[in-house]
Amino acid sequence: MIVDLPNTTTNEISKRLVEARSESGAVAQGRVLTLILVTDESGSDDAIGTANDASREHPSRVLVIVRGSTDGDSRLDAQIRVGGDAGAAEVVVLRLFGELANHGSALVTPLLLPDAPVVVWWAGEPPADPVNERIGTMATRRIVDSSRAADPLAALTQLASVTAPGTTDLSWSRLTRWRALLAAALDQPPYEEVTSAVVRGAKDKPSVELMAAWLAYALECPVTIEHTDAGTGMVGVTLTRASGDISIVREDGTVATMTQPGQPVRRVALHRRTDVDCLIEELRRLEEDELFSDVLTKGMPRLTQGATV
Amino acid sequence: MSPTRVSASENPLRDDRDRRLPRIAGPSGLVMFGVTGDLARKKLMPAIYDLFNRGLLPPGFSLVGYGRRDWSDADFAEQVRSSVSRYARTPFRAEVWEQLAEGLRFVQGNFDDDAAFDRLAEVLAELDTTRGIGGNYGFYLSIPPGAFPVVTKQLARSGLSRQDGDSWRRVVIEKPFGHDLESARELNEVVESVFPPDSVFRIDHYLGKETVQNLLALRFANQLWEPIWNAHYVDHVQITMAEDIGIGGRAGYYDGIGAARDVIQNHLLQLLALTAMEEPISFDAKDLRAEKEKVLSAVRVPIDLDSAAARGQYSKGYQGNEAVNGFLEEDGIAPDSITETFAALRLDIDTRRWAGVPFYLRAGKRLGRRVTEIAVVFKRAPFLPFDNTATGELGQNAIVIRVQPDEGVTIRFGSKVPGTAMEVRDVSMDMSYGESFTESSPEAYERLILDVLLGDPPLFPRHEEVELSWKILDPFTKHWESAGKQPEAYYPGQWGPASAHDMLSRDGRSWRVP
Repeated sequence: MIVDLPNTTTNEISKRLVEARSESGAVAQGRVLTLILVTDESGSDDAIGTANDASREHPSRVLVIVRGSTDGDSRLDAQIRVGGDAGAAEVVVLRLFGELANHGSALVTPLLLPDAPVVVWWAGEPPADPVNERIGTMATRRIVDSSRAADPLAALTQLASVTAPGTTDLSWSRLTRWRALLAAALDQPPYEEVTSAVVRGAKDKPSVELMAAWLAYALECPVTIEHTDAGTGMVGVTLTRASGDISIVREDGTVATMTQPGQPVRRVALHRRTDVDCLIEELRRLEEDELFSDVLTKGMPRLTQGATV
Repeated sequence: MSPTRVSASENPLRDDRDRRLPRIAGPSGLVMFGVTGDLARKKLMPAIYDLFNRGLLPPGFSLVGYGRRDWSDADFAEQVRSSVSRYARTPFRAEVWEQLAEGLRFVQGNFDDDAAFDRLAEVLAELDTTRGIGGNYGFYLSIPPGAFPVVTKQLARSGLSRQDGDSWRRVVIEKPFGHDLESARELNEVVESVFPPDSVFRIDHYLGKETVQNLLALRFANQLWEPIWNAHYVDHVQITMAEDIGIGGRAGYYDGIGAARDVIQNHLLQLLALTAMEEPISFDAKDLRAEKEKVLSAVRVPIDLDSAAARGQYSKGYQGNEAVNGFLEEDGIAPDSITETFAALRLDIDTRRWAGVPFYLRAGKRLGRRVTEIAVVFKRAPFLPFDNTATGELGQNAIVIRVQPDEGVTIRFGSKVPGTAMEVRDVSMDMSYGESFTESSPEAYERLILDVLLGDPPLFPRHEEVELSWKILDPFTKHWESAGKQPEAYYPGQWGPASAHDMLSRDGRSWRVP
């Protein structure tokens, strides 16, 4: 069920939200968090869809702040979606115009779920300093996606300079399965130090830098990045040890080849993670991600930039 | 800069603060006996695919089917594929399936066929070289317990059960673990003569690890319940496991076993142990088992077994809109069978915490609906400053832990009915895991299989627990056998025979309608 409320007020929205819930039979039980989604008009549909899908695992109230033009008079247009149109979530889309567009945080405060964690997700260009954005201070978790920035690498460097324990990046959750495979490889004998590592991946993906920074931080060995063409995603990781190289290479974005000394070459399904999967992972852990902070602040400075391949 | 140390216990890529990394099982393969059974088709194979799809199984993971059918590897793969595409929880992905299919093998043979087991050993050796499973094999015995001795002997004879060096061999067995204390011991001797106790995983699929952990979290992560979780406040506890189906095609297994042995011995007594036990000093396997064993040893069986138990058999009638046969008319059941399809017992626990608090257990088939729950029913408030009429509809407060379906917690308490008259009535407050958390939580079997491959045993019962449960149940079943009485008939779709209701009303209580 969708209720449109053009040129409205937050009081009206609260009232209609309660009505819409009881009318559609979707009684708000068990919502576990409020997700504030900051986006612009062009990216809003995709982002809302992702949040709805993620709500199937984490029932939430999703407050979508769509920043319109700041020229002209202040105006608030709202739309409430509950029931089948909103996954397991209830979605309130707030379209802000004029001076109001700069005051999103004031609008969401009365709409937050009581006594539930607040997560902010900037689906588009990340803010310069998430934790000190007014809306960022309201949240226990702040999620950005540096791959959506106009200049992803600059965005990552900027994020490293303002990192805070509750701030994470979807570019980091995109790596989880890669990291799990690498960690599992080191669980097995022979137990040898990794003396150097190479990370290959697309130059437009900050995930590649994060992978290298993680390895540099954890293994304390030289890590080289080899950039591939934009759009290729993560392509491969090689860990060099005395007995030979462990390598995982994914050329086609779906299946990876894993090579280890003394082992047959194995293929493993390693498809690119969707935004939904990444967001679900982010929402699963609402505590601080200290490792990610360390990767940004201690791992990034260790990287040596290799030649573009 | 010198690189971080790597050893068997220190993996620099694993950081305690890193909660994202899932644990992936190390190189391994699984051999499944009884591949054509319902369980394998509907649960095990889909669970393996789901795990693989979620990236939790190692690259190169292999699954070997062993059975009598005259199948090639490709036929077996086709079987697995059809069960996966029908029953798997996660979406079917061609590229994931291809990787899994490369590791599927089938070995044809009977359980007593030396040559076939030698072929199995060859197949596994081949997988070691081509798929790199590192000599780590799990054997899943999804077969009747009668076949355990011959299969374990074959595994020993063919050298498959021998673990050397770093590699491991593990065996998974399903309930029933025997049908009384003596047979449970025999069964255990057979299995443990070949596999060491740490390598034996007893699987109880009803009681998935998720359920057990939910219960532990509810009890021990909260301050709210602990002060009232004792004889001062609790009046009694009811543990129910009801099924709405009959025995279906399981006559051969069920006749002579009955409801008490089928589910009370394992599921209900496990639930009782988890509800009644003291706080373990940690959630390590050892500490958790210690508490469960302690409370099971403190269970006292009543002296008058007739008045503290009830048995029933479902009769012909209607289950919902469906006309159903009585138990004695089911195919394969002797018309004079005295096997019970419903059993209810009263047990007491001799500890300071639970002295005087009866635990009522009931289990049955063809009952009102499918439900498993633990209801902790509290004493009435000692003084009610209301008129009698005001609290006429007020029952006892209760905390109900719903195990399945719709897992969650319900609290029942009194609330004033709106209006000028003072009137108090029971209301429910519901929490449902499905609403508060995920719509699709992992199947119990996914966790079980992964735990076997990771060698992570905490919640699998050890043999000691199995023995203690039989010690509790044996007096009842022996008594029923020696009395030789026909269990009381009950209508399908109801909540058991009249004697079960009498049993509680004698104590001044009544069964909840779950």
